[in-house]
Amino acid sequence: MILASAISSFGRYWLFMKRVFSVPDKWRVFYSRTIFEINKLGIDSIPLVIVISIFIGAVCTIQMVLNTSNPLLPAYSVGLATRDIVLLEFSNSILCLILAGKVGSNIASEIGTMRVTEQIDALDIMGVNSANYLVLPKVVGFVLFMPILDVLCIGTALLGGYGVAIFTDMITVSRYVYGIQAFFQEWYVWYGIIKSVVFAYIIASVAAYCGFFVKGGALEVGKASTNAVVSSSILILLMDVILTKLLLQ
Amino acid sequence: MIEVKNISKTFDDGRTVLHDVSATFYTGKTNLIIGQSGSGKTVMMKSIVGLVRPESGEILYDGRDFLAMDPEQIKNLRKEIGMLFQGSALFDSETVLGNVMFPLMMFTSMSPAEQRERAQFCLARVNLHGADHKYPAEISGGMQKRVAIARAIALNPKYLFCDEPNSGLDPRTSLVIDELLSDITHEYGITTIINTHDMNSVMGIGENIVFIKEGRPGWVGNSRELFHSDNKDLNDFVFATQLFRDARSYIREHNRN
Repeated sequence: MILASAISSFGRYWLFMKRVFSVPDKWRVFYSRTIFEINKLGIDSIPLVIVISIFIGAVCTIQMVLNTSNPLLPAYSVGLATRDIVLLEFSNSILCLILAGKVGSNIASEIGTMRVTEQIDALDIMGVNSANYLVLPKVVGFVLFMPILDVLCIGTALLGGYGVAIFTDMITVSRYVYGIQAFFQEWYVWYGIIKSVVFAYIIASVAAYCGFFVKGGALEVGKASTNAVVSSSILILLMDVILTKLLLQ
Repeated sequence: MIEVKNISKTFDDGRTVLHDVSATFYTGKTNLIIGQSGSGKTVMMKSIVGLVRPESGEILYDGRDFLAMDPEQIKNLRKEIGMLFQGSALFDSETVLGNVMFPLMMFTSMSPAEQRERAQFCLARVNLHGADHKYPAEISGGMQKRVAIARAIALNPKYLFCDEPNSGLDPRTSLVIDELLSDITHEYGITTIINTHDMNSVMGIGENIVFIKEGRPGWVGNSRELFHSDNKDLNDFVFATQLFRDARSYIREHNRN
């Protein structure tokens, strides 16, 4: 029963994606809506990303200092480990898990409310491809802006660690700065960006799917919003394993 | 003219909501679908506009079989359809003017200035002034219905569908909406189908009434014939209140139309 339901949902998701990724009715409308969604889903997320990244960067640095006090380890290992944690996992996987809560629930509740108030039916009756009109700008806008959030997250997280070096005596600034530059691999940045783009697609498309097929009223919209966050979080973790295996091996 | 021929609809849970229903809806007339809650009139309207697909039968828009159309033909037909939803279904994120301009923006090559002019004309036609820049949440239910009518007529539709246009409105505002729908129907020669169980609407604008009883066609006629019908199910539904029973007695006694 559960398996049949899962297969049914999987099939319906891809049929929905087929409708989403069709040619827009009017390109001018699509461009303006994409810009609007970049602003709403991407730019509005910047304050959250900055706050979280600074604190997580600082905490990572403190944890590294406390856990790498072994004299056999070089002093720059704190900066190096902080940088690699941020580049490899925090700036993409963890950040996207957090954004699944903010952006995913926003998309699911917005589209779900449009469904239960018959606004989507109104679009369909007019002859507008509602899935394409509502969802494609969100997916494209969020996917396009995600690399910027990823890079911003890396920068501010490292800045958080830098703050620890400045405001505490746990590590010197020079050692921290040397550490975050030591043995730098550019590929790690691209690896993070690739992952974040995939996760952004998962967040936007799964949330839109959950909202689009809501039946009922306000209670069901709330459930759809929760389902969107839970489902996209699980899929992000699953894809994290797969992409790490594929891209880093 | 819209002809519905022998449509049936059964949902996944096994409930058969429409049993072999046939009806004809005429151009330039206000056609009403009436019936008790749960009788299948909303499913019938949703079947006609394509939100629900019946298992069998034909739906002919001026002879064009809707159920046999390919997606492109359906898309083109939908440009000829306007619909007023029970809850108005205005787009929350758009202003009143933006809502009315929306179909013009999507389906015409008008410039923004022309779209604005046409939208303002439609809003004036429904007697709505000074609300252009307000959002749907900032205006009353009656005003929302009028905006929805303005949006529905923006593209000069050939067919207008109204699902419970008077629900949630006071009697005075209901009357205004009924008169507006009737005027627009006659003025533009539209095939208007109104789904209602508001008896004032039935008496006031019912030029062609289709009564549905438990998913089956029960009676067809107009508001004058309604008073002389001997159909028990219809009479139980329409003349449920003492006021309407008295009105029927009076009309029958004085043999009035």
